[in-house]
Amino acid sequence: MASPILDVRSLTKSFNHFKAVDDLSFAINKGAVYGFLGQNGAGKSTTMRMLMGLIFPDNGSILINGSSFSNSQRHLLRNIGAIIERPDMYGYLSGWENLKIFAALSGKNIKTNRLHEVIEMVGLKGREKDKVKAYSQGMKQRLGIAIATVHEPDLLILDEPTNGLDPQGIAEIRNLILSLSKDHGKTILVSSHLLHEIEQVATDIIIIHKGKKMIEAPVGELLHPDDTRIEITLQPAPGLQQSINHSGWAQYSPEISDGVLTIKMNPAQIPALNKWLVEQGIEVSGITTQHSFEAYFLNITHETTAADRTV
Amino acid sequence: MKQLLQIELFKIFRRPRTYISFGIVTAITFVIQLAMLTDGKSYMSFALQGVNEQFDIHGNMINGYFITYIILQTLLIQIPLLVALVAGDTLAGEATLGTLRLLLTKPISRNQLILAKFMSSFIYTVLLVIWLAVVALGLSVLIFGRGDMVNIKSDTFILILQNDVLWRYAAAFCFAMLAMTTIASLSILLSVFADNSIGPIISTMGIVVVLTILSNLDLPLFNHIKPYIFTTHMIGWKGFFDDPVPVRQIGISAMVLIVYTVAFAGTTMLVFNKKDIKS
Repeated sequence: MASPILDVRSLTKSFNHFKAVDDLSFAINKGAVYGFLGQNGAGKSTTMRMLMGLIFPDNGSILINGSSFSNSQRHLLRNIGAIIERPDMYGYLSGWENLKIFAALSGKNIKTNRLHEVIEMVGLKGREKDKVKAYSQGMKQRLGIAIATVHEPDLLILDEPTNGLDPQGIAEIRNLILSLSKDHGKTILVSSHLLHEIEQVATDIIIIHKGKKMIEAPVGELLHPDDTRIEITLQPAPGLQQSINHSGWAQYSPEISDGVLTIKMNPAQIPALNKWLVEQGIEVSGITTQHSFEAYFLNITHETTAADRTV
Repeated sequence: MKQLLQIELFKIFRRPRTYISFGIVTAITFVIQLAMLTDGKSYMSFALQGVNEQFDIHGNMINGYFITYIILQTLLIQIPLLVALVAGDTLAGEATLGTLRLLLTKPISRNQLILAKFMSSFIYTVLLVIWLAVVALGLSVLIFGRGDMVNIKSDTFILILQNDVLWRYAAAFCFAMLAMTTIASLSILLSVFADNSIGPIISTMGIVVVLTILSNLDLPLFNHIKPYIFTTHMIGWKGFFDDPVPVRQIGISAMVLIVYTVAFAGTTMLVFNKKDIKS
């Protein structure tokens, strides 16, 4: 197996007494799109800042293509593009001037043709001469991606690239990420709090919680249909919890609370469960399947938070 | 490095704020020139009272050289503010905009960035002083003409012959560039600690004002620390209008300013190289 393009080992960072990132290790393989997930304050941005040399880790190491980041930061940054938090630029300059400045600083000799190419790729053609202060948030994000990709890096680190965007803007960025991965062969580490978006672009997922890694796995492994969370709204019936616990459905950990039956199983079994409920004389008024990935994320983070409370 | 410097200069001179300084220098200079044009004679007779009793002065003492000296004295506090306006914004302004983050994700070292910021601030400072020279000296000579220059001090009266003045101004402006570079270095140092540019600009001015007061207070308590305060030496340019010119004292003042500039720059690099960029 090829060595990972990015290898993070035991990364740790504290601010005063707060441990923002705690012994975090993960590896990213070439050509993959990694979704980097966690609740607000989980340590995603701090990790990404450490990956770009903005924040110095207290402990741990970062290897890029096998080379130590701290030893060859300048050299390695030539091959990385990033948007960290917001794509802030010089508002008093045009999009073109901003792109030109950051292209000049990329350490590579970038021709004007390439600038036109990325402007077109991110859909800013015709608006590139406008001042950035007149850009919408979506246009700024797209210019940010142009700046991150203009020097054709192998690795892209995108921190919340859909932040502050409307649904159309989110879709545009999603398509851009997919295109960068599929058409341009980029390896991408992307964080977002929009789980559904990550699910659509990521090949692999890393979930961190309170600075610690919870999960690192391919999306396909995480999203098993048997783990789908199903909520059934029904007429309250005394003894139903007992009946269901003694039925074949008990294996799916059913819980009834406030007239809602929550159960984790394959959605294909919904008609059978519905039939069983009707046979028990229970009136069903609604069935919703919570997105499996979202449910998975919430389960992971909820369980950890609950465990922390118990301790 | 050359490219980074070009980019820094491009950014400085594309910001409208940069030209405010040039506008203010022009406005103050123009106001003083206008005041001297309309009411210069009464100012001169007031300034020369006492001297008139001992000397018989003939001719017009209000000329371009004399007016320039008055302008320079007046701008002693304003010019550092104008320098701080741009220098204090170099790092903190980038932090406010969020562009510092983006800059440092590019393959440039932090030392290179700081060096480029220092050099661009130095070039801005030099251009501002050159502009001051053009509007103060050039325009004053054009309006009021040339002549022998009188330098009126509290206890002395120095007459500098017309053909002996220009080199003194050239040297004085060069010295002013050095003094303003020290201010720019201080501003950049303060801007490393801040995430908005107002803080470093106000702090620079606060430090300059407090230290200038200390430098001018004639109290035994402060007298032994005065030689080590950089503001004491910022007025070293005045020495070029003494007779004889106190070359040694001016040299010491220049050295002190250089030491402060290097110390401020070195500290900036030390702090910035260890700083986590969280803005």
